[in-house]
Amino acid sequence: MLFAHGFGCDQHMWRFVAPRFADRFRVVTFDHVGAGGSDLTAYDIERYSTLDGYAQDVVEICRDLGLRDVVYVGHSVSAMIGVLAVRQAPELFARLVLVGPSPRYVDDLDDGYVGGFSEEDIAGLLESLESNYLGWSGAMAPVIMGNSDVPELGAELTESFCRTDPEIARRFARVTFLSDNRADLAEVTVPTLVLQCTEDVIAPMSVGEYVVEHMPDASLVVLDATGHCPNLSAPDATTAAIDEFMSGASPARSATA
Amino acid sequence: MTAQREDALQRFYGALLEDDAEQLYDSAPCGYLSTMPDGTVTKVNQTFLSLTGHRREDLVGVRRFVDLLAPGGRIYHETHFAPMLQMQGSAHEIAFDLLRADGSRLPVLVNSVLVRDDAGQPVTVRTAVFDATHRREYERQLLRAKVDAEAAQARAVALASTLQQTLVPPSAPVVPGLEVAAAYRPAGRVGAEVGGDFYDVFQVGEGDWVVAIGDVCGKGVQAAVVTALVRYTLRAAAVQHDAPSAALAVLNEVLLRHETDRFCTVGMVRLRQDSEGWLAAVGCGGHPLPLLRRADGSVSTAGARGTLLGVMATARTIDTEVRLGPGDSLLLLTDGVTEARREDEFFGDDRVVSVLDGSPASAAATVDGLLDQVLAFQVGSPRDDIAIVAVRVPD
Repeated sequence: MLFAHGFGCDQHMWRFVAPRFADRFRVVTFDHVGAGGSDLTAYDIERYSTLDGYAQDVVEICRDLGLRDVVYVGHSVSAMIGVLAVRQAPELFARLVLVGPSPRYVDDLDDGYVGGFSEEDIAGLLESLESNYLGWSGAMAPVIMGNSDVPELGAELTESFCRTDPEIARRFARVTFLSDNRADLAEVTVPTLVLQCTEDVIAPMSVGEYVVEHMPDASLVVLDATGHCPNLSAPDATTAAIDEFMSGASPARSATA
Repeated sequence: MTAQREDALQRFYGALLEDDAEQLYDSAPCGYLSTMPDGTVTKVNQTFLSLTGHRREDLVGVRRFVDLLAPGGRIYHETHFAPMLQMQGSAHEIAFDLLRADGSRLPVLVNSVLVRDDAGQPVTVRTAVFDATHRREYERQLLRAKVDAEAAQARAVALASTLQQTLVPPSAPVVPGLEVAAAYRPAGRVGAEVGGDFYDVFQVGEGDWVVAIGDVCGKGVQAAVVTALVRYTLRAAAVQHDAPSAALAVLNEVLLRHETDRFCTVGMVRLRQDSEGWLAAVGCGGHPLPLLRRADGSVSTAGARGTLLGVMATARTIDTEVRLGPGDSLLLLTDGVTEARREDEFFGDDRVVSVLDGSPASAAATVDGLLDQVLAFQVGSPRDDIAIVAVRVPD
């Protein structure tokens, strides 16, 4: 099982969920380049200017670690990164779990699609990022980097786990919130579970339903949790839902069998 | 005396009673609200209501904290703030814009703590809200100034590297019957500053060439202006004067008359081709002496060091003639090579000689080999400019 964190923080987002699968699966968590304990010097503006660059990383991780039949669990923007990774290398993946996915955050008025945000809102986010990264300085980089091997979160790391180079955060925010991956949904045929919270301001219920409707083999589970991070706020419910999805045969496959 | 103390004590107790817990909460000098773990407002103080214009009944049990934020901040709340609160139990000095009841925005700084019960389950979130209108405006100005400063820095780097390119030939020229190779590395990070070293290779006539290398004291634009002056003065003087010492005397004169008080060192070699090969006249104004490597691998210096240029009324330099046969080469360098440092140790003449020693190499291989060694010797960026020029008579 490969767990991918969303925009904002790092792989520690999975610390209440991922370990619970370690007895049955090989569990892999990682930081996207530019986040958490990743090597910030590996950040390539060109490569990471689209979600495809991040998806390439996922595929490379799978190949380098020799992973097969991967169950990819992606939170937030990493849900779409997973969709793109499956498109790039479908042979690697067995199942997808998309936690709070959104194929497009900005409304598309022509299409009647409601993502929940206007472009103005995204500009507001960038501003919010800027004013909240005032405390980030180059001096923190060595603290943030090179700590990825530390099993327990050190004091400095907990203080900084949602922080990275503000320039990278800004670019990641842009690519996250201005991407449109609606057309990719139909191309992904692996059994997919969409986990949706009841009140998620980032990915509203209608968006979760949209994702399920537009993917050939997807089912929706609505978690009794609010907010965008059930992996933190409702780890039990999140784990249980994934568990059930993993143990049950895929509806579509059993139908064709 | 006693009456006075009694009076003071009275006033103290009066003030103490004035601030009962209720008032302390409601009229605290910051907005204060408590929410359920999902953000639903459970309790809010009067200061918060006054700051935002919301009515208590519109908030308590009805709205979540995230609903009170401007949309951009909502995303930040969900992707950063809420995870931080869950993971760390608190979040400090987070900048948000609150939406007031009338739709206007209130820039605030927010501190929150997550309270858990004995079993570790989240119970409530306590949040203090500070009006940050003026501070935020100041931060915006700082951010703008930072962006401007970064742009100015980028322009300065571009200017420095453009200027630098004018101080050395774009590429070593092709001289019939002679191999020529050169290398140049300004001190510090690339483009950080214009160095004072330069070199030049130019033709005066048929089979008549000049190779010059030099070091103007100092760095930056002012040094670059003098470096350009030196380079073009040498070019002009070489046309009129055959002997390097004569050209260097002209340069000395020009520098003395120029308003600058910068001086320089120059090594200059005039190369003339004749039936037996090349005859080199080596002149030197205070510069490290060129090194002569014979075809058999032996290495020696060529010329006499002479005086700095631009200091004394009369420059004292001597020309030394050296005949170059097949396989012989001359190496000119600046003190950025020999004085390259690793802690207290200099690269030194001996290391230069040992690079030159051994199997005869082409001019290009000699320059590349020496540059590699010097850069490897010093840790990090070079502290001084490095210029190297090699000429070699082909076998």
